[in-house]
This record gives sequence, structure tokens and C-alpha cells, in this order.
Amino acid sequence: MANSITATTSPAPSFGEALVRVIKSLGLLRESPVGMVGAAIVGFWVFLAIFAPLLAPFEPNATLQPFAKPGAEYAQGGTFWLGTDHLGRDVLSRIIWGARTVLTYAPLATLTAYIVGILMGLAAGYYRGIPDDILSRISDIILSFPVLVLYIIIIATIGASALNIIIAITFASAPGIMRIVRGLVLDLRNRDYVAAAQTRGESSWRIMLVEILPNARGPLIVDVCLRLGYVIITIGVLGFLGLGLPPPDPDWGGMINETRQMALAFPHMTVFPCIAISSLILGFNLLADGLREISLRD
Amino acid sequence: MIILILKRIGFMIITMLVVSMLLFLLLEFNVDSVAAKVLGQYSLPEQREVWLEEHGYNRPLYARYVSWLGNFMRGDLGESVRFKVPVGEVLWPRLWNTAILAFWVFMFMIPLSLVLGILAGMREGSKLDRSISVFSILTTSVPEFASAVLFSAVFVFSLKWLPGTSSMIDGFDWKQLVLPVIVLLTYGFGYIARMTRASMAEVMTTQYIRTAVLKGIPYKDVITKHALRNALIAPFTVIMLQINWLLSGVIVVEFYFAYKGFGALLLEASLNQDVFMIEACAMVAVFVAVATQTIADVGYTYLNPRIRFS
Repeated sequence: MANSITATTSPAPSFGEALVRVIKSLGLLRESPVGMVGAAIVGFWVFLAIFAPLLAPFEPNATLQPFAKPGAEYAQGGTFWLGTDHLGRDVLSRIIWGARTVLTYAPLATLTAYIVGILMGLAAGYYRGIPDDILSRISDIILSFPVLVLYIIIIATIGASALNIIIAITFASAPGIMRIVRGLVLDLRNRDYVAAAQTRGESSWRIMLVEILPNARGPLIVDVCLRLGYVIITIGVLGFLGLGLPPPDPDWGGMINETRQMALAFPHMTVFPCIAISSLILGFNLLADGLREISLRD
Repeated sequence: MIILILKRIGFMIITMLVVSMLLFLLLEFNVDSVAAKVLGQYSLPEQREVWLEEHGYNRPLYARYVSWLGNFMRGDLGESVRFKVPVGEVLWPRLWNTAILAFWVFMFMIPLSLVLGILAGMREGSKLDRSISVFSILTTSVPEFASAVLFSAVFVFSLKWLPGTSSMIDGFDWKQLVLPVIVLLTYGFGYIARMTRASMAEVMTTQYIRTAVLKGIPYKDVITKHALRNALIAPFTVIMLQINWLLSGVIVVEFYFAYKGFGALLLEASLNQDVFMIEACAMVAVFVAVATQTIADVGYTYLNPRIRFS
């Protein structure tokens, strides 16, 4: 009896081991060319975001020379590779610093949405019954809103700030994550290792977090990549509608909004941030597609 | 079947009621802020007090909610703070404009995405399949606000083929509708195409398709007579649910092209704290979303005999 229990429950891996496993599974990505392209694009932007202070040729908020065309020389040295905007700020530097903005807030918002969504999904799927009914009805109602309508009403009511954007994204995304987690848990809760843990007298939350959750990671990793793409779109759209992160710090959606009136005369101000945000979303979508392809193959 | 429809409609009504309560609490819980929004930031406390008394805001919360809901059901949506006319007078024409936009988007999006999805799913893993999949990922990765800018840069700025705004001041002009439709189409079709592909690919692996092929039925007939009937059930649901997405998309597109539609109205109302307009717009948006979900559910059950007869 004791043997059968140890056989069905491997010891929870330490953080180091888990990290090695994640890196190994990323190595599998080599089998999917599409996924590799996605990983390269995402890696490129992460690199720019981390080394923004070293890579950006100018201060992102410094007003230097308004309406410079791409490639124009700055009188005091340096080149505006992508031109400057209407306030004379270097577009390239703002795009590089904007990568840092979006790659800070998007993962942060996704993470908080995931924490809330996973806890809701675990509780609903594991306990079932009344907690499940309540949580499912709540998410049905939140999900019945067209997303952007929900964001606009929330942000317009509580005000636009980094924290409020994260709250709004968590509120709107957690129900969707909950549904996925709930479905996975309903399947996993009947496995032998869960029964074994119950027999050992482990607490419900320990079973959910240590026994069930790690086994649900496959579909969730694909969803994380897709959702990061959506969250980047959301942050961009809010910035574009004037409900995003407060100026003057560089934010791609905000850059597009500030300069779109001049886009017909000076397209470089608007077109380059558009390409930046689209390429980053494309990176995450391709990565998700590659990961899905690999997970289906196993 | 009838029980299912009644159940779905019941759920729809409950959802709408809960949503209306949430909206009411969010926007009208604090009566002072309502008065401030209606009378303006610089109104005097006495003026606000008079207004609140006149409009019955000194009653308890539940009484206010019930009378608000009653007025709402009778079509009295209140008066717009910004436009100074009853909400309905502004709302319904705007909604009609958005319906025109949405109609043309779907007219092009449904055939395009179904054809691409079927072609891709017919031979899973082929070159055509991979190209269509990557193409649809590519277009779905460009958010509407970015593609609006990029298409404007090409068709308005470089080629000068199309107008850059779609306000339709001098009456209806199809040229002004082209760019908004293309932008919504570009972002939206990829999802339906991918879902159609998945559904088609699944059907193609089933036994009865293999039987049909082995019987020697021409490949064209296998696809059109055997595979499509089952493969098109799932996309129907997806297309209905796309309407929910479209309600988000039109906000961005109408804002960018200054199209006088429902999405732009909702955004304008939110930015200007036009309380009653926000309530009406949000209720309409949620109603459209929930109604299409209901139709999608009922339709799916109807189309899928395995569910219908069990």
C-alpha cells in the first residue's frame, strides 16, 4: 500500500528543478519553426526593454527638435533614426522605452488575473456544488459584457492609472481563466494521485495547489501567451482611446493617439509605434501557436 | 428544445437584471456625484440639492433602482447631459449606423473566413494550410487601432484613393465605409477562419469521411456533401459570438474614423460622464451580446442532431 502511494505521487519539485524543466520544455520549441520565430520576436523586445537605458539614443521625454523626418541629424550630435514627434521627442527612444512600459504592465496584469482566475477555478472545480455555481454565474455575467465596454466603463469611473488598468484587466480576464482552470480541475480531481493525497489527509488547498495545479500547466502555458497578446492589445487600445497610462511616459498606444491627427502629414510618428505593438503581439501569438502544436504532438 | 429555449431566455433576463443592478450601483450609488455630473462641476450645493429632490434622488436606493428600471423598460432612458435631448433620440440613429457597418463587415467576413478555413482544414498540414494559418495569425496580431493607422497611411496618404474620415456629414457615402469595414475585417476574420479550420480538420479524420473516400466518391463531393454539413456547425457559434467582439471593435474604429455610430457614442458618453447615456449604451451592448450568445446556444443545439434528439 505504501509503495503504491509513493509510486503515484512524485515529490513536488524544488524551484530549481522546476526551472530546469521549463527551460527543457522551451527547448522543444525548436521543433516548431513558427514558435521559434515567435520566441525570437518576443526575445527581441524583452532585450530592448531590459537594456532600454543603454540602447535608446536619446532621453524618451526630452524635447529636442519637433517634426524631424526619419534619419535626420540632430544638431548636437546623434541621428533620429525614426524621426521625432510633434513635441520633438525621439520616436525610436520612445518605442524602446515603451517596450519597457508594455512589458512591465502586461505581464503584471496577466499575472494578477491568473492568480485570481486560478484560485477561482480551483475552488469551483474542486469543491463543485454551491461555490462552483456562485463563481460560474459571476463569471458568466462578467463575460457577457463586450470586453472593451467593460474596460471603458471601469476606467472612466475609477480613473486612468497604472494600478486601475491592472485592476480592470484582472477583473475582466479572471473569469475566462477561471473557466479554463475549472474545466481542467474537473478532469484532474478524479485522478489516483489526488485520491492518494486525500487519503494522506492533505488539506484541500494543498491538494489543489501542489497536486492538481502543476498537472494543469500545459494548456495554461499556451493560454498565457495568447492572453499576454490580448492584454498588450488592451493596454494599447486604452492608451489609444486616451484612457491609458498617464503621459508623458512612453506608451505605444498613447503615442499613436497623440500623433494620429498628424499621421497624414507625418506618418512616421504613428506608423512605427503601430508596427512595434503589432510585432510584439504577433510574437506572442506565434509562440502560443508553436507551443500548442508541440503539446498536441505529445 | 422548447425547455432549452425558455431556460436560455430566463438566464438572459437574469443576466440583464444583474448587469442593470451593477451599472446602477456603479454609476448612481453616490447621488452627489450624479448631481455633479448632470449640473456640472461648478454647480452650487444648493442647486444640486434642489435637483436631487426634484428628480426623486432622496428616496432609498432600492426605490430609485425600481423606478429607474421601470422607466428603462418603458423606453424612458433619461436625458443626455451632453446632448441635452432624450437619450433615445441620439442612441437609436447611432445604433442604426453601427448596424450598417456591422452588416457589411459580416457580409465579407463570413464567406472569406469560411472559405479560407475550409481550404486549410481540408488537407491538414499541407502548405496551403500552413500559409493560411500563419496569415490569419498575422492579421489577428494587428489590433484595429494599428491597422486603421496603417491602412490610412497607404490608402489615404500614399494612394489618395479613400477619404480618411467617415463622418458622413453630406449623407451616406460608401467610400467612407470602405476603410472601417476593411479594418474590422482584417482583425476579425482570422479567428473564425481558425475555428472553421479546426472543425473541418476534425471532421476530415472521422470514419465516415474515410468510408466515403474509400467508396470512390469524388473528393469534391466528399467535401461538399459529407464533410461541410458537420464542419459548419461549430463556426456558426463562433460567428454569433464574434458579434460580442465586434461591439468592442466598433468603438475603436468609429473613434478613429469619426464614424457616427454606437461605439463612438459609448466612448464619448464615458469620457464626458454622461451618466444616463452610459447606462443606456451599456445595457444595449450587453443586450446584444447576451442575445447573440443565446441565439448561438439555441442554434447550436438545433443544428447538432446528436444534442437535439438526446
